[in-house]
Amino acid sequence: MAQVKQDAARNRGILLRDSGPAQAAAGASDRAAGTRARRRRGREGGGFWWIVPTLYIVFLMLPIYWLINMSFKTTNEILGGFSLWPQNFTIESYVEIFTNPVWYNGYVSSITYVLINTVISVTVALPAAYAFSRYRFLGDKHLFFWLLTNRMAPPAIFALPFYQLYSAIGLFDTPWAVALAHCLFNIPLAVWILEGFMSGVPKEIDETAYIDGYSWPRFFVKIFMPLIASGIGVTAFFCFMFSWVELLLAKTLTAVDAKPIAAVMTRTASTSGYELGLLAAAGVLTIVPGAVVIWFVRNYIAKGFALGRV
Amino acid sequence: MLELRNVSKVVSGETHIADVSLRLEPGTLNVLLGPTLAGKTSLMRLMAGLDRPTSGSVHMDGEDVTGVPVQKRSVAMVYQQFINYPAMSVYENIASPLRVAGVDQATIERKVRQAAALLHLEPHLERTPLELSGGQQQRTALARAMVKDARLVLLDEPLANLDYKLREELRAELPRIFAESGAIFVYATTEPSEALLLGGNTATLSEGRVTQFGPTVEVFRDPVDLLTARTFSDPPLNTIVVQKQGKHFMLKGSDGLPVPAQLAALADGRYTLGFRPHHLSLEPATDHAVPIEARVTVTEITGSESFVHLDYAGNAWVMLEEGVHRIGVDETLRVFIDTRHLLVFDETGRSVAAGHAQAA
Repeated sequence: MAQVKQDAARNRGILLRDSGPAQAAAGASDRAAGTRARRRRGREGGGFWWIVPTLYIVFLMLPIYWLINMSFKTTNEILGGFSLWPQNFTIESYVEIFTNPVWYNGYVSSITYVLINTVISVTVALPAAYAFSRYRFLGDKHLFFWLLTNRMAPPAIFALPFYQLYSAIGLFDTPWAVALAHCLFNIPLAVWILEGFMSGVPKEIDETAYIDGYSWPRFFVKIFMPLIASGIGVTAFFCFMFSWVELLLAKTLTAVDAKPIAAVMTRTASTSGYELGLLAAAGVLTIVPGAVVIWFVRNYIAKGFALGRV
Repeated sequence: MLELRNVSKVVSGETHIADVSLRLEPGTLNVLLGPTLAGKTSLMRLMAGLDRPTSGSVHMDGEDVTGVPVQKRSVAMVYQQFINYPAMSVYENIASPLRVAGVDQATIERKVRQAAALLHLEPHLERTPLELSGGQQQRTALARAMVKDARLVLLDEPLANLDYKLREELRAELPRIFAESGAIFVYATTEPSEALLLGGNTATLSEGRVTQFGPTVEVFRDPVDLLTARTFSDPPLNTIVVQKQGKHFMLKGSDGLPVPAQLAALADGRYTLGFRPHHLSLEPATDHAVPIEARVTVTEITGSESFVHLDYAGNAWVMLEEGVHRIGVDETLRVFIDTRHLLVFDETGRSVAAGHAQAA
């Protein structure tokens, strides 16, 4: 009996010791509450808690503001002086971009190859990621890692081989050339992100579907894809962004017909000097598609950066 | 009838299933009983056709189905984890096998409603599985297995992740729900008491082997070997190695146990005696009870019963006594072994005699 009591006492001792981290955690939350309280006091007392975030946001937004600011100025005003906001507000630059086919075709071809690339990357990566997530095969782990190493090489080193290969088969200067070239780094990325999301789905769901009589393609489309819909969204977003911001391959593999917007921008350097207002407006319009896509997947991006392994 | 013939499964050099032969009749309930990693799930996957046996064959109604993919077999399976299609409503979850089979809308509607009524899922049909409680999720999985009218229904510890009350309730309902279908019903569990409650037949598994297969009560009362007896005993079976000499089982550090009448014909030699915790008692239950002195190590009290852990010459035993008994640790206790129920195993572990001559 006495032994039992001793044991119980010892156990309590252990429990008390074990509660150390819990107390520490409680302490941390107390401190957090304290910080909040101080912040409230600070607000009342006119403290300076807001300085750092404000500075951060100012520095972050300043270049973007300046770009927008410039896009509404005339080139003469940009070159002539330094003003915080347009003195002679003009939308001339935007009108030029939206009415001149050379300009807006730049956007059209950029968006075309980006979309083609996104569709190809996701479509190809889905079954590949499924295989990596569900099956064990010879060298699977090495192959999976090797995929990622494809991203370690700068895309520029592939520009020359792509240029010659695509010229040889008549793909040069088409959106397909750029879209396929971007697959080089987008498919590995897509496989990695999707694999993470797929591994989060229990294998038993696959088996239950097979037992229910689903064939693999039907199971994949009807049951599996809805389960990783957010993963597919995030993957598509990353493919879109990487393809959208990649300029070197896009410029090298196109000449006239499929010229991306980045290449069109070089047109602003003419014999009469730089048309800076036009360049700024084109820059603003280049940010827009990315911002729109980010808006749609904003809730899942963090998960995507963790490759689905949250 | 499902028949496994000398089925083995080896995964990367590790034997998961070793030479299993079983015949399961239609309309029967068959329990696979064994501790974790005994191979229950592996065996079920082979039965279902999710895995292909390394050697041996699987026959369904006399037809060899060894390599036939699971889609083409008439199988339903429920996992220990609650597995449903999270993107579909409960209704669509239950209807899913029927939709794949191309059953007409009216039949689907009727069958889903019927299954939902039986499993008390009617109020939840329009919700998605993840909005339901664990018990409701598992009932959804059961309903999906039910509507399929499969010839083979596999339930892999379906109640293990449910709370106590729900488990009791579903365990009582399960055999009834599936009984009418005439399917072969296989139920895996780690708990001997669950096997006894379900009845039917039991196959005890240990390290990938089926040690015994037969009517549940028979396997429980008359295990063919020590391994089966150990598997089918909770709390663990009490054992002791003895030397039989004439009319006594000689024990280490004691005068020995008198050999009960039903074992009188046993040859002299070394044996392992086994007896269940409830065949040890503080008071002599019958005049066949033999006293023995053992040291108490721990006493666990679970409401109406007490588990007294004893140490007898290095053997750890458990005694199950009705009522609450407060017994001090390290006290030496006089307990009684009911010799009528002794299980006797020879040195290879085979049963040579079971002491159930009289009803256990």
